[in-house]
Amino acid sequence: MLVHSPRARRAVQAAFFALFLPVFALPFLVIVTASLATGWSGAFPSGATLDHYRAVARGDALDALVTSVLTALAASAAALVTGTWAALAARGTRARRVVGVLFVLPVAVPSVVVGLALLVAFSEPPFLLNGTPAIVVLAHAILVTAFAYQSVAAALDRLDPACEQAAASLGASPLRVLVQVRLPLLLPSLSAAAGLCFALSMGELSATMMLYPPDWLPLPVKVFAATDRGALFPGAALAVVLMVTTLLALTAVSRIRTRAAYR
Amino acid sequence: MTTGIRFDGVTVAYGGTTVLESFGLTVEPGEVMALLGPSGSGKTTALRAVAGFVRPTAGRVFIGDRDVTALPPHRRGIGMVVQQYALFPHMKAGANVAFGLKAHKVPRGEIAARVAEALEMTGMSAYAGRYPRELSGGQQQRVAIARALAIRPGVLLLDEPLSALDARLRSGMLTELARLHRELPDVSMLYVTHDQVEALTLADRIAVMDGGRLQDCGTPQDLYRRPGSAFTASFIGSANLLPVTVTDGGVRLGGTRLDVPAGGAAAGASATLCVRPHLVGLGAGPNALRGTVTEVQWRGATHRLGVDIAGHRVTAELRELRETPPLGTEVTVHFAAHDAVLLPAGADGGEARG
Repeated sequence: MLVHSPRARRAVQAAFFALFLPVFALPFLVIVTASLATGWSGAFPSGATLDHYRAVARGDALDALVTSVLTALAASAAALVTGTWAALAARGTRARRVVGVLFVLPVAVPSVVVGLALLVAFSEPPFLLNGTPAIVVLAHAILVTAFAYQSVAAALDRLDPACEQAAASLGASPLRVLVQVRLPLLLPSLSAAAGLCFALSMGELSATMMLYPPDWLPLPVKVFAATDRGALFPGAALAVVLMVTTLLALTAVSRIRTRAAYR
Repeated sequence: MTTGIRFDGVTVAYGGTTVLESFGLTVEPGEVMALLGPSGSGKTTALRAVAGFVRPTAGRVFIGDRDVTALPPHRRGIGMVVQQYALFPHMKAGANVAFGLKAHKVPRGEIAARVAEALEMTGMSAYAGRYPRELSGGQQQRVAIARALAIRPGVLLLDEPLSALDARLRSGMLTELARLHRELPDVSMLYVTHDQVEALTLADRIAVMDGGRLQDCGTPQDLYRRPGSAFTASFIGSANLLPVTVTDGGVRLGGTRLDVPAGGAAAGASATLCVRPHLVGLGAGPNALRGTVTEVQWRGATHRLGVDIAGHRVTAELRELRETPPLGTEVTVHFAAHDAVLLPAGADGGEARG
């Protein structure tokens, strides 16, 4: 440990919170406060109300939330399968780094570029996805696969081959080794990757803006539309709903991870 | 059940380095063969060639009469136990043992009984419900052995199975392994180790390896009493190796004539004389050699004396002495003619090892 005496440790912790709490927590605190405010004057909100949340419950915001969750689930699942498959296939080969770079590429360019590329690529038969929910899911999957790949590839590097070899010597076919030994041992990193992918997809806006069909409108788009037309407080309420949902999903995933790591 | 292992000119090379060179060895059905050698001698590579984790660049590997050289590991029907146990951390001990049975499509009703039987055999019945991390090293290794035996393999491969255990556990596990071997007389075992005690205790025959080659192969008694090379002599037990010249009816060490059966060696040829330290006696006797004491070690039951004889170091392992000769004094040591072995020259004579 860097600091030994309890007093010094408390001082360091206090300094940490004083420096970083405002940066990370204050914006979220302001959003939560704004979602409950009637108006805002100076540094503080002027009155309290639950009207914005009532509006959320009445309007089509819940549809948008469901859309977002479904998109995030589908995109994370696709990203996990793709990323894990690629990591397993590229393990121990020279292609490993190349594959990693390829997956990171979509993250490195502005996501509107990814959206535009998908529009251009999938607007003509036989690859006609434009105007369907699938193109939104595809965009999200492309944007988050890098994280799934990196996480699984790093875990595979640390995996001791002795377990897999023991399984093979016991007569287990490669498929059985994969399903019963290798994937369970990768479960902690798989669930970590799943949480990250889900969160990233829940918040994705730029590519979604270019691609979403009228009947598939994720929540971030609604948040943006609300704040864009000046309805800041209802927009804040939507954002809080989005945050809480993501947080719940991440908590559930981290439960799985703790159980997997404990074994 | 196919049992017995045969290496037929097996060569394994990684990149440009040959780690195993035209290795030929037969392990009979029911035999325990120890592969003994220093690290880098190719012993583990030989074992992994049987398991199917390395592909020979030349030669063939047979299990029973079956050529398994091109078979993937899971079709070979072997049991394997490795140094680091390699238990599946996400399965309880019982599930670990059941894994191979399920992979072999053993009927569901039979699995529970076979798991119980295997755990019983290694004394781990009480621990079936524990995860590997809840077991000590010795217990984990017992589960690993039960897991390998549950599938009733004809061939059991053991890769330094006791190296990760402390000394006391190791000797207990050696006894256990010997008992398992008696209870499973049909199973061939290939036992890789760098520890001569394990090899001498457990093996029916020992294959001594060095530098990717088979140096010597024989029963422990043969290799110990009649080693075929200086390397074997110094690796199995310790040995005094002295450069000598063959004469008519004996050998000569420097100026001293020694009465040692020269066998077929021609007079005038140089050779290496091998005498075990515990067969060297202090005081006058047959084949007496005079030298100065350079080292005295007390080892409880024995005293180990280092004696310099005309520039060659001879170690004598003697029953505890009442009075030890002071360093630098002249002493006489001797050995019986039938306790000495004459080895072909080319050995780095003069150095005692171990």
